[in-house]
Amino acid sequence: MILTLLWTDIMVWILLFTIVVWSWVVSGSPQVKKQWHTIFKSSIAMASATVLLFYLLFTLLDSVHFRLATPSTDTKSQQVQYGEMTSLLDLLFSHNIKNTERTYSAPFATHEYAKSIVVDANGVTKQAYLPLKHVSNNNDLLQKSMFAIFMGIVMGGSLIFLHMVWRKKRGFKSELPWRTAYLTLLFLTVIFTWFYMLSYHYHVLGTDKVGGDVLYHSLKSIRTGVLIGVLTTLIMLPVAIILGVSAGLFGGWVDDVIQYLYTTLSSIPGVLLIAAGVLSMQVMMDNNPTWFETTLERSDLRLLFLILILGITSWTGLCRLLRAETLKISQIEFVTAAKAFGVGKFTIIRRHIIPNLMHIILISIVLDFSGLVLAEAVLSYVGVGVDPTMHSWGNMINQARLEMAREPMVWWSLFSAFVFMFILVLAANLLSDRIQIVLDPRNKS
Amino acid sequence: MNSILNVENLSLTIGKDEILKNISFEIKQGEIFALVGESGSGKSLTSLAIMRLLPDVISVSCGDIKLKKKSLFALPEYEMQKVRGKSIAMIFQEPMSALNPVMTVGAQVAEVLKIHLGLRNDAVKMKVVSLFKEVALKDPEERYNWYPHQLSGGQKQRVMIAIALACEPDLLIADEPTTALDVTIQAQILELLKKIREDRKLSILFITHDMAVVSQMADRVAVMKEGEILEQAVCKEFFSNPQHPYTQSLLRDAMEKKEDSKIKEEGEKLLEVEDLKVHFPIKKGFFQRTAGYVKAVDGVTLSIPRGKTLALVGESGSGKSTIGQAILSLVHMTQGSIKFENKNLATLSERALKPYRRKIQIVFQDPYSALNPRMTIGNIIREGMVSLGVGSKERAAQDEHIKELLLKVDLEAEHARRYPHEFSGGQRQRIGIARALAVEPELIICDEPTSALDVSVRSQVLKLLRKLQEESGVSYLFITHDLSIVPTIADEVAVMKEGKIVEQGSVEEVMENPQEEYTKTLLAAAPKLPNKNKEAYT
Amino acid sequence: MFGYIIKRLLYAIPILIGVNLITFILFFMVNSPEDMARAQLGAKQVTPQMIQAWKEQRGYEKPLFINDKATGISKATDTLFVQESLKLFSFNFGISDSNRDIGSDIKERMGPSLAIALPTFLIALITNISLALLLVLFRGSALDTSMMIVAVMIMSISGLFYIIAGQVLFSKMWHWVPISGYESGWGAVKFTVLPVMIGVFAGIGAGVRWYRSIFLEQINQDYVRTARAKGLSELKVLFGHVLRNGMLPILTGVVVVIPTLFMGSLIMESFFGIPGLGSYTIDAINSQDFAIVKAMVFLGSVLYIIGLILTDISYTLFDPRVKL
Repeated sequence: MILTLLWTDIMVWILLFTIVVWSWVVSGSPQVKKQWHTIFKSSIAMASATVLLFYLLFTLLDSVHFRLATPSTDTKSQQVQYGEMTSLLDLLFSHNIKNTERTYSAPFATHEYAKSIVVDANGVTKQAYLPLKHVSNNNDLLQKSMFAIFMGIVMGGSLIFLHMVWRKKRGFKSELPWRTAYLTLLFLTVIFTWFYMLSYHYHVLGTDKVGGDVLYHSLKSIRTGVLIGVLTTLIMLPVAIILGVSAGLFGGWVDDVIQYLYTTLSSIPGVLLIAAGVLSMQVMMDNNPTWFETTLERSDLRLLFLILILGITSWTGLCRLLRAETLKISQIEFVTAAKAFGVGKFTIIRRHIIPNLMHIILISIVLDFSGLVLAEAVLSYVGVGVDPTMHSWGNMINQARLEMAREPMVWWSLFSAFVFMFILVLAANLLSDRIQIVLDPRNKS
Repeated sequence: MNSILNVENLSLTIGKDEILKNISFEIKQGEIFALVGESGSGKSLTSLAIMRLLPDVISVSCGDIKLKKKSLFALPEYEMQKVRGKSIAMIFQEPMSALNPVMTVGAQVAEVLKIHLGLRNDAVKMKVVSLFKEVALKDPEERYNWYPHQLSGGQKQRVMIAIALACEPDLLIADEPTTALDVTIQAQILELLKKIREDRKLSILFITHDMAVVSQMADRVAVMKEGEILEQAVCKEFFSNPQHPYTQSLLRDAMEKKEDSKIKEEGEKLLEVEDLKVHFPIKKGFFQRTAGYVKAVDGVTLSIPRGKTLALVGESGSGKSTIGQAILSLVHMTQGSIKFENKNLATLSERALKPYRRKIQIVFQDPYSALNPRMTIGNIIREGMVSLGVGSKERAAQDEHIKELLLKVDLEAEHARRYPHEFSGGQRQRIGIARALAVEPELIICDEPTSALDVSVRSQVLKLLRKLQEESGVSYLFITHDLSIVPTIADEVAVMKEGKIVEQGSVEEVMENPQEEYTKTLLAAAPKLPNKNKEAYT
Repeated sequence: MFGYIIKRLLYAIPILIGVNLITFILFFMVNSPEDMARAQLGAKQVTPQMIQAWKEQRGYEKPLFINDKATGISKATDTLFVQESLKLFSFNFGISDSNRDIGSDIKERMGPSLAIALPTFLIALITNISLALLLVLFRGSALDTSMMIVAVMIMSISGLFYIIAGQVLFSKMWHWVPISGYESGWGAVKFTVLPVMIGVFAGIGAGVRWYRSIFLEQINQDYVRTARAKGLSELKVLFGHVLRNGMLPILTGVVVVIPTLFMGSLIMESFFGIPGLGSYTIDAINSQDFAIVKAMVFLGSVLYIIGLILTDISYTLFDPRVKL
């Protein structure tokens, strides 16, 4: 087995590492710790955070790629053959990948959705529903469900138990609404375990046009959505912060240039800018096929470029906000005091300005996250989103939409994509609301 | 005399905490009743309770308020709306933000006439103009169409008074109406209120923290502290024979006199400012041509000897703060010289200036914006030391020094680990002083350091500043608009008006024997306490 | 005021030049005029002469930025970039890669775009502000809290869902309106009702929250306390004082959008088959028609800048403190 990491995988792990380091640094400041504590005192924030962590888990599972050795057919050769790139998530769902059907089927169905022409035993041609290849025909859905739910409760319960032990060691002192977190965790674990165990016997959310399992597609799309939401912000932040603070603090020609930059950039309609960027990128990739070996790598590179383009085109909003706020802060007396101490401009930025901008930055990050996840769907529709071979909710919606006219309607693929997207975006929005209420200095009364 | 307002056993609570405890007082017709106290004493809450404008979180746990014998708490909301603005009117502290910025002042007065008296069009306009005349607003017909931002602070407050008087109220509540105004304007507004009281037999509930104003205005006085009324008395009695120890300490603090300090020898001149001019260009037009100048500082000459304090007194806009900024090289000087220890600071580059930054430091007016809310007190104090290379480079030694400084300003060593929001205004001001001291300066510019503080806290801070001067021989340039504290802290005083110094000299000379018209006006306008003798209050 | 407008328009020129520059660079990174010619003319039977003729028709035969063949100042000016930019500034959009007159296409398609964008804008504005005022009147109540939760949920659902669900429900299942298409004149109504309603509904969540926060900020100001002390009822306070002051921050967000209404919503027009400027742009992107894309980008930028100027002007009209 060899470990092969895609570009975006590397970025995910760097991001995770950065978050861990940042949390550790931040926990050194009792003031910031208290703020986060207050944020999570709300049950809604707690539940949202749990949901987001769950999605993050899937992203991480899907961000470790490797190639397994396939049994060599050529006994003479010494070389080991490697199969396709798979991820941990793929391993979990390998049964789904293998068991593709021919075409559409409804959730939990045993037969295909549309009738096909069948020649039966007597040579008579008629239309009938073909049974699905990989769905068991025993009518024991209820039994299996009960068992699966039981397993889910056990798994969730053990995680909760472990956490409670850890809390007990520290003396149960925090007043955070852990119960809400436990309930949410339990709920999610049960649902997921139920889905998972039944997926061995049924196509839980149905199959799409080419027979692929919809549940598998939806789960794989999590990574795409989360990555676009988070990594774009990673790229956009440094640009917005550096330019915004410089414009606000240094003034003069620096301010004029930066204002010119963001006015020009924001006057170009966003979709056009992204489209132009994506097209250029496509041409570049067409001209350089040596950069990637597999389809997966190719579509991953495209994802990476999309993230870069989105990052470069979306810094203007935050930059404007930071510029205005920096202007305000630089007039406040504690900055004057620092100047009277002869403190250098860069130290002033680091010590006085940026810490007082954190609330804007944080709110921006979480708010933009949901916006980007929603935008991905739209971009895929326009044709400048992720590669059509990549799993994403946008692609699912797009493909399903083309089949909307079919009677009776195929609704599960569409519905599944929307629901997964909705839960993620809702959780992010609710959390950002809570963060905003706690961090906004105007709310302190 | 009939009783206009009766507050009976009023108690307010937020949740479980009682914020007003059993308040009772009475206001008769034509009487000015002063409610005095420091911030947080509950005086504004009382006034809001009378108007029934309390925020939802505050509830009345017991008591009643009667206007002309009728209970106000028994009225439904729509009835109370008929009382507000008509029978009881209120004016607030900040005239700048109390008026709607997008409505003409005439329209804002007219509004009250329309809803309570049903007047229309011409009748309304006539009444508004006559009200403006009553509050001595010049050119009343023209002013009708002006917007608040076009008026000065004093004029805005007159408009507020006009709004309050429009429907002939029985009671006027004035919540610190002159605190935000300059001394001369304050005197005018107080005169106006007295005149209105005479003409209309109006009762006034006058809320303030300034004892001197009380002695000039009030018929009766009540002192509040932490939600309770501690003492009520007729004004004369109150000042000549205060009963409660808190009242006595308040009066003592208000009437600070400088203890006879040892005669200081004529020190060498530490700071010499000669013909300083700071002009800000006004840019207009398409090409940003300089159309004129705002002459913030227009030819100022002063000097501060080592170990002594020069008070710089002036009203807002006189340029006093700008001088401080110019001395610190925080603002560009148009002309003149600033000599520190005989070296002209104006000619130095930023790098050459750095060693001098250590010698001149500043303490600010607003304790809430002077400290970075995201830094610990220790780091705030440390910043200057590190930047200017004062003291050890070792962190541990620095921590020691910080502890010493905190103790010096009467705070505790362990405060170094805390954050600004955990401290009161007075404590924050002391932290600001500690921060300035950390680099061992020879001159500290105090830019209105006590203006935002309560009277008792103010006297503590002034005492601290005096003590530090005695111990370390540091000089102060003490900038203020409040003449009453000048004798307590300064050796010499300079009076500023519109960028120029009109009179300067020793404190005794200028305050007791002023030569210039403006100085005399300032001194006359400042409200005074009746008894100059401090001993009466011990 | 007039001088101010002139000043702003002059400032707009370097911005438009910058916009053009970016579009040019991005586009010609992707395609050379050669490739574009080939794509349009069909790869099989094309001769070098045909390519040349096609390029000359559109001025593409000139080099991009520097013309070595010319002399003196023409080196810089006789280039694709300068010539095309000059044409754009005079609003001469030329012909598209597929031989259609862009200018007349734009004129024709403006109507349908407006037919959807304008009603959506107006109805959304009125609905959002009214709901926000209502919530502010009842702030802190159960109505307020529940409406806020509903708003977050509406906001979190993808716009595509509303479009698709709307089409399925109202067109496919209940047959109230046609799924897509367009007709000029009064017939347009039945084609625009659904997109407008969906547009308004999809934006209610975010819109009400934004207006509500603006009005709430005003409610906590000192002048509102003065108004109450005058004896004004809560309703009068809201409409007489809060609304007028709230208009100022609202204007900054709203007026700037108005000129861009002409550009239409790319998504709405695509889904509903409306022949407006939005779908025009999308089709151009998909077929990589540079001439159209460059025209639309330029137009879009001009409209945005006009929007910015209009915002400043409206501020002077509504805020007596602001003078130009």
